[in-house]
Amino acid sequence: MDINAFVLFWAAIFTSNILLTNFLGMCSYLSVSREVESSFGLGVAVMFVLTVTAGLNWLVYHYVLVPFGIVYLQYIVFIIVIAAFVQLIELIIERYVPALYYTLGIFLPLITVNCAIFGVSLFMIIRDYNFLQSIAFGAGSGIGWLLAILMLAGIRARLKEKLIPVGLRGAGISLIITGIMALAFIGFSGIVQIQ
Amino acid sequence: MNKKDIFIISAFRENSVWKQILGICSALAVTNLMLNSLIMGLGVIFSLALSNFTISLIRNHTPRSVRMMVQTLIIASYVIIVDIFLKANLPEISKQLGPYVGLIITNCILMGRAEAFASQNKPLDAFVDGIGAGVGYTLVLLAIAFVRELFGFGSLFGYRVVWAGWTNWSIMVMAPSAFFLLAMLIWIINSKYYKAG
Repeated sequence: MDINAFVLFWAAIFTSNILLTNFLGMCSYLSVSREVESSFGLGVAVMFVLTVTAGLNWLVYHYVLVPFGIVYLQYIVFIIVIAAFVQLIELIIERYVPALYYTLGIFLPLITVNCAIFGVSLFMIIRDYNFLQSIAFGAGSGIGWLLAILMLAGIRARLKEKLIPVGLRGAGISLIITGIMALAFIGFSGIVQIQ
Repeated sequence: MNKKDIFIISAFRENSVWKQILGICSALAVTNLMLNSLIMGLGVIFSLALSNFTISLIRNHTPRSVRMMVQTLIIASYVIIVDIFLKANLPEISKQLGPYVGLIITNCILMGRAEAFASQNKPLDAFVDGIGAGVGYTLVLLAIAFVRELFGFGSLFGYRVVWAGWTNWSIMVMAPSAFFLLAMLIWIINSKYYKAG
């Protein structure tokens, strides 16, 4: 696939936002979006882990799995790489930046089960990106996810005092807001298309 | 608790999608076609039931500290089976589902049932619970896919069911409609639930 890495980066943020068009990372998106601050913390952590694991998984796939002919093990290997990396980051932060560890601490384990991270690794293999493209795609998707959760958290903070039908409170109204956001993001789709 | 109660509770009363809002990534992504939703649902039922069974079998031999890793690896093994089976027998659908089959591994329903039920109950009960949760998930998928495929493509399971002059609603095959339809489903079920309770 010959698409400029820079273009891919912007496309991943706007035209093919990982959450608004590919529905990935919904669970933590819906459950952690009550406060703007915690959403920002989780979003930054997701962005960082996403960028690095996209690169790591690309290297592992092309230099280990393909040469040894064990491509069918990619799911297991990717999950292990992601889990190990998150664990490592947790240890490093706890050891050297304890203040950040306590603000970020609860979000870190959540990242391992965030399907956006695993999903980006799978997309990058299916679409046959090169190393640079994968990093750009990972970083763009991370920023796109951060953007989406920040917008939802901002809107939800204002909805707290509003009268919402009982059955729609919580997840229901969040999904409707997300739908409207997705609708708005379709407006970007004429710029560039990645498939 | 007998097997039938376990099934009913995990499929309907405690349905993962509308009650606990779990596993909705794939619930939204594959629901533009009924057939894809059905295949996806069957894949989830298969991997959920068998991983629940396996996790329950070895529940007394798994150290607590590494149980997450063990559970993930067991789930991943079954998902790989589903993926290879689809690639070999239904290559067209496997291509359309894309990465979402692999993403069953990070589907919160599987992890949730493994943690909440399989790690504390007998293997056969866990197996039934897995089937129940999987059926509940599949029903939600099919309900959303029914509306999206009917209005978006004018067909059901690929068979055209609308009259000749029908104009497809292209918004129904795009992302926003999935969010709106799931929200409406949750709204309807919650309103009923609150009225009854």
